[in-house]
Amino acid sequence: MNKKKITQNALFLPLVCVLLVLAVNVVYDISQGNPFYDFFRITMQTSASGDKLLAGRLVTILNRGSEVAILAIGMTLVVSASAGTDISVGSVMSLCASFCCMLIAGFGVSSVDDVAIPRLILGLIGALVMGCICGAFNGTLVAYLNIQPMVATLILWSAARAIGLLLCNNLIVYVRDEAYGIFGGYIGFIPTPIIIAAICIAVVTLVLKKTAMGMYVQSVGINKKASRIAGLNSKRIIFICYLICGLCAGIAGIVASSRITSADSNNIGNNFELDAILAVALGGNSLGGGKFNLAGSVIGAYTIQAITTTMYNLGVSSAVTPVFKAIIVIVIVAIQAPPVKAWFHKLAASKSSGKEAARA
Amino acid sequence: MENNIVLTMRGICMTFPGVKALENVDFTLRKGEIHALMGENGAGKSTLIKCLTGINDFEAGEIHVDGVEGPVKNHSTLDAQKVGISTVYQEVNLCPNLSVAENLFIGREPMTPFHTIDRKAMIRKADELVKRLDIKVDVTQNLENYSLAIQQMIAIARASDMDCKVLILDEPTSSLDDSEVEKLFRVMNQLKAEGVGIVFVTHFLEQVYAVCDRITVLRNGTLVGEYPIADLPRVKLVAAMMGKDFDDLASIKPEGFEAKKDAPMEIEARGLSHKGTIKPFDLDIKKGEVIGLTGLLGSGRSELARAIYGADKAQTGTLKVGGKEAKINQPLDAMNLGMGLLPDDRKAEGIIGDLSVRENIILAMQAKRGMFRQLSRAKQEEIADEYIKLLQIKTASRETPIKQLSGGNQQKAILGRWLATDPDFLILDEPTRGIDIGTKTEIQKLIIQLSQQGKSIMFISSEIEEMLRTCSRMAVLRDGAKVGELDGELTQERVMAAIAGGSDHE
Repeated sequence: MNKKKITQNALFLPLVCVLLVLAVNVVYDISQGNPFYDFFRITMQTSASGDKLLAGRLVTILNRGSEVAILAIGMTLVVSASAGTDISVGSVMSLCASFCCMLIAGFGVSSVDDVAIPRLILGLIGALVMGCICGAFNGTLVAYLNIQPMVATLILWSAARAIGLLLCNNLIVYVRDEAYGIFGGYIGFIPTPIIIAAICIAVVTLVLKKTAMGMYVQSVGINKKASRIAGLNSKRIIFICYLICGLCAGIAGIVASSRITSADSNNIGNNFELDAILAVALGGNSLGGGKFNLAGSVIGAYTIQAITTTMYNLGVSSAVTPVFKAIIVIVIVAIQAPPVKAWFHKLAASKSSGKEAARA
Repeated sequence: MENNIVLTMRGICMTFPGVKALENVDFTLRKGEIHALMGENGAGKSTLIKCLTGINDFEAGEIHVDGVEGPVKNHSTLDAQKVGISTVYQEVNLCPNLSVAENLFIGREPMTPFHTIDRKAMIRKADELVKRLDIKVDVTQNLENYSLAIQQMIAIARASDMDCKVLILDEPTSSLDDSEVEKLFRVMNQLKAEGVGIVFVTHFLEQVYAVCDRITVLRNGTLVGEYPIADLPRVKLVAAMMGKDFDDLASIKPEGFEAKKDAPMEIEARGLSHKGTIKPFDLDIKKGEVIGLTGLLGSGRSELARAIYGADKAQTGTLKVGGKEAKINQPLDAMNLGMGLLPDDRKAEGIIGDLSVRENIILAMQAKRGMFRQLSRAKQEEIADEYIKLLQIKTASRETPIKQLSGGNQQKAILGRWLATDPDFLILDEPTRGIDIGTKTEIQKLIIQLSQQGKSIMFISSEIEEMLRTCSRMAVLRDGAKVGELDGELTQERVMAAIAGGSDHE
């Protein structure tokens, strides 16, 4: 009875998948003569400037996976409510990063070193507002104009990055300021992106728990018409989901740009939309909308990063990494596919009945 | 056998899993006649047509088509077209982004010697075709530039041009307005004059009497009869469709109660309408009154209720709720004024399938409170348990996804959803459909109980007996308009005569 409950938990498969990826590392470490826990070792390293910082591959996964994890939060809501995906998040990330750096440096300035705190705050708020504007734009098209999500978000997918370049006057704007670097760096000895992602996840989880938003979103995603009759404002709920998704892209954009203390419009958030969608799918969420599981999506996001880090660990060259990534993703997605699940169930059932027969 | 018969169907039987859809149905169509196929929902009209057009495989029976040797059995609509049977459905199955001429000749375009489409010939032929049927269009224009009625007629023109002996029109007028229907009838009469046999399926009684020569009535998968139009006045047609002979009708006195004459008004509607579904209507409902909406399916019963509730926002008119002017833009506005609507299409508009019974029950109550004032889990469970018990909802647990429940239990859960909001005015659209007899009575009792608590109920049902038992007054609808009200002594005869309407109040 208990066993059944564990395997039927919605998080069971996503967790199995991430453990599977980690297991690959353990096997590799053992075969290389390293202690089996090598992958999981968390150490304190002393940086060039003499600060003690957390290090280790797990920390790297959590750190590097932050942007996708943040994007996955918004994407989960969008998928659930509208049965569609927001493919603009990567480009919107880039736009928000560019807008942020442009506000901090001033239009046409390619590099600043010292920044006054108010100016910095202006930039950060600007980025978040820009994220919300993009989200609101997508939300309006999808919710109020009934445009298919893929088509609606295709607009910003292609335009946002270019708008960012325009805002930066076609330059890569550098903000070489210590305070700005914090968001992609460290607070104390903990990588800041981990903290930001944790805060985002905590806030959204709390909102879902303390308000009826979770039920609203799922209800609209499952049956828009019935939700409307029952008094939900379906359109507004879908709009809000896209707005939140845009805001998440803004936050992710700040983190990504702070990591490299610049606004590299062409590279920030490149293809991140696909990782975010994949994270949602890996988390066991149906891309057809309806029921969602936020924790699953977050685990999915870190699974993707774990795959990438594992590839580096195995010494796979970065050029062929996507191939291996694709193979692993196929396996993970296949495991969660309904026919395969049904097959496992059948297998388990015949095994247990076999056991009973043996006992009798 | 008469020699002008173009189609005969004899002894057609058809079973769906667990249901006998058609049992020994005969149908005869003559050259140059318009033949109405009538029946309530589930009577087997569409199944019969699908047997004819090859969508359904019938199990027994024979079909003969004039000019074709031996019995005909179609396996696809293409087969059907080959023997001269064409169908035009309610939704136009043409390409709106192509020109009228292209739509008329798609798949059979005139060719030039070089195997390219001969556009000039196509346009010329198309022009001849539309002129012959007196449809005023420019065949080079895109189809989407024309109204739905014209598109419908283009579809008919296309069907009639393909060596058509039998033309089936399946609810072609549902989305047309009066003047458009008029135009459609002209085309139908033109084809009739050319000797095409037309099968006309519709819910609109007026239209049957306007164009048809003959009526075949089905009920519950069996043939009731075939009548020349003159032999079957409206009242008899309604009786035939509903399965009641006037002589057999025993009057059931309502267990009745009248709303107090001096009770204050709950709903005062003046000139409310929604384009295409319900024409402007006035309606007053007192507190504590149970008002029934009656009429055939598609007569605008549900649509009237939806216009009040804001499910289809009323485009004209004013509404007073509890004596105060109210503006209802969406269902939530209506809910905040104390209304509730149990929709007739449970699956499409009632249940949220993947959510639990608990969530389905508290949904409307939560929506009224707003997103930020979430009901505590304990409170949710308390409310869910209360209504599961009160309405005897059979479910494994309150956390079972509602889609796993039987239809009747789903319905009860949705009813629970509305009772939980403690409404002053509750609209129940077919609340007892698919529910067993015992529960039906329970729900009827509940309705009377609620009205005695001073709540107003609008009750819509296809079963007249049920309405007689619960309602103190009835509004009658026909062809998308409210045509009258009945109060005082309600009897089945009166109600059915009112539904049928027209000139033959005998």
